[in-house]
Amino acid sequence: MTTVTITSIPFIRFFRREGIGILWLIGLIFGIVLPILTVLLWAFAIKWRYPSVLPTEWGLDFWMETLSRADIRRALPNSIALSVLVTVLSAVICLPASFAFARLQFRGKQGLLLSFLFTNAFPRFGLYIAIAVIFFRFKLVGTFAGVVVIQLLNTLLLMIWIPTAAFQGVDRALEEAGLDVGASPLQVFIQITLPMVFPALFAALLLTFVNTFYETYGALLIGAPNVLTIPVIMFPLINNQPIPQFGAILSLVLFAPSVVLLLFANRLLRGGYLTAGFGV
Amino acid sequence: MSTLSLHQIRKQFGDVVAVHEMNLHVNHGEFLCILGPSGCGKSTALRMIAGFEEPTAGDIRIDDRSIGMLPPNKRPTAMVFQKYTLWPHMRVYENIAFGLRLHGFSRKDIDEKVKGALELVGLPAYGKRFPSQLSGGEQQRIALARALVLQPKILLLDEPFSNLDALLRVRLREELRRIQRQVNITAIFVTHDQEEALSLADRIAVMNKGRIEQLDHPSRIYEQPQTLFVADFIGVMNLLPAHQDGGEIIIGSYRMPVPSGNEYSGDVTLAVRPEDLAIVPSGSDAAWNGQVEHVIDLGHYRKVLVRTEHMGVLKVYLPKAVDVREATTLALQPTRYTIFRDHQTPIEVHAGSVPQLSLQGMA
Ligand SMILES: Nc1ncnc2c1ncn2[C@@H]1O[C@H](COP(=O)(O)OP(=O)(O)O)[C@@H](O)[C@H]1O
Ligand SMILES: [Mg+2]
Repeated sequence: MTTVTITSIPFIRFFRREGIGILWLIGLIFGIVLPILTVLLWAFAIKWRYPSVLPTEWGLDFWMETLSRADIRRALPNSIALSVLVTVLSAVICLPASFAFARLQFRGKQGLLLSFLFTNAFPRFGLYIAIAVIFFRFKLVGTFAGVVVIQLLNTLLLMIWIPTAAFQGVDRALEEAGLDVGASPLQVFIQITLPMVFPALFAALLLTFVNTFYETYGALLIGAPNVLTIPVIMFPLINNQPIPQFGAILSLVLFAPSVVLLLFANRLLRGGYLTAGFGV
Repeated sequence: MSTLSLHQIRKQFGDVVAVHEMNLHVNHGEFLCILGPSGCGKSTALRMIAGFEEPTAGDIRIDDRSIGMLPPNKRPTAMVFQKYTLWPHMRVYENIAFGLRLHGFSRKDIDEKVKGALELVGLPAYGKRFPSQLSGGEQQRIALARALVLQPKILLLDEPFSNLDALLRVRLREELRRIQRQVNITAIFVTHDQEEALSLADRIAVMNKGRIEQLDHPSRIYEQPQTLFVADFIGVMNLLPAHQDGGEIIIGSYRMPVPSGNEYSGDVTLAVRPEDLAIVPSGSDAAWNGQVEHVIDLGHYRKVLVRTEHMGVLKVYLPKAVDVREATTLALQPTRYTIFRDHQTPIEVHAGSVPQLSLQGMA
């Protein structure tokens, strides 16, 4: 008779060796993949009742219904315009500022940098109410401009801290080497500094766009009921009508811009360009 | 044909004077090393030539034309840095071509020049790689190619090999010297490594605390140091505090005559190289007596530490033929030494010029 020890069973051996990896994998499946998969299924399901593992009836009916709703048709362009505008404005304001933070020495620099962190550490809702009071006086409540401003405030931390760190990360010697072979300071900035910080800038822009697209409290408090964004109308929609399809479809709609942007990022990554920039 | 000269160049950072009024002339095709300990102002001097630092005062001339007004991107100098400075987002080819493109060369010329430069540094097949795919030594070769491809008048190198391991460092510096001769360019090489300077340079400028202490050929820097700092910094040296009383040096209980014409009274320092100490029969009057404390066998010679009564521990190099071991008592005499006095030209003394110190044969 041959004795079978536990470690001779391939699976057990594999698990011993890869234990932590497998735990991660299981966590990943239950924490991320399954919920997303459920949402995905619900979005295309017409009938899905317990105890069926999969929907019993498929179709795009709920897509039609959701996307033809008047409030959503008004909110989607709002959301996109808002995200684009806030991202562009934030870049125009914050990128030069972060370059200055990285390169210039001035009094109160650390304090200023920390102040961005401080406003972000403050409980959001309280902050918004305080801002709403001010906005009310300036008649910004209920206007698109008002929502843009509050979202812009939201993005400051991200769009200053990440690019500042990135600009600080560029070794001055690399820029001097550029000057040394005859590039003007502007040429050095455009052809050497910017490409090197591009991955970080891109990440900051992406996060700003996505955060603005998803942001709910500020948009609700300042914009509603005149200016509605997708996340804002999602709340009553999901609360009032226990139809999972609405939530699932809107989630996918919200998810779409991130996926598109991430795919774009992935294209860049495959060019060997980002990885080269990270010195990988 | 390019020469470089610095006239009374000074650089001050706040209260710190990094470079004191510095004068230097580098001839065409010359390979000049600036050698000195860390923090003595070598990089600052080089960066002023490149245009990265603006001198507080003074003038820099290339081919006798002042370049002080030119920004770094307009200067006919090219630098190889201590850090790896290839641009990570460009392939090797693009790194080298970058400057050529800015200067408006045609595609064909650029291609030819880049290939020539890659061949010059011995990496002809590396154009397609990213810097992150190169070893440190390869990166510095490409940096050299990038600097040379623009045919600068002056090549500047700031400790370019100090991040590499010892063997590679030696190989690369030999290669650098070959390339510098081949393209016949005037070069200034900054280093804190005396071996590197001694083996590379046509002339060495030894710097200390922002000043050039001695500018000379390598052999003279070693043989005839002009200041105590140079004597101590270059090679191994026994520095012995002593006193001069007119025509006589008094060191401990020993008295030695000074060649006539060098009378002086005051504190002096004797500098004796370890290879300039010879063994004499014990009992001889002028001999320095001591006891061997430690013997280090270095292959073809021995490094011996000898403890003396008045002069501390002497470092002595002895041929292997001489049989010494720990606790052996030795009588030593300097065959050659230099006397340093405050702010005066040092006096070089050969044993031959001092009858009492003539060699009396080995023990
Ligand atoms: N940008 C700077 N600001 C202030 N002090 C500096 C700066 N660059 C160099 N120094 C000072 O100047 C002195 C010489 O520095 P450096 O030229 O780098 O020396 P080395 O290259 O010989 O090591 C040092 O004391 C250094 O601290
Ligand atoms: Mg230095």
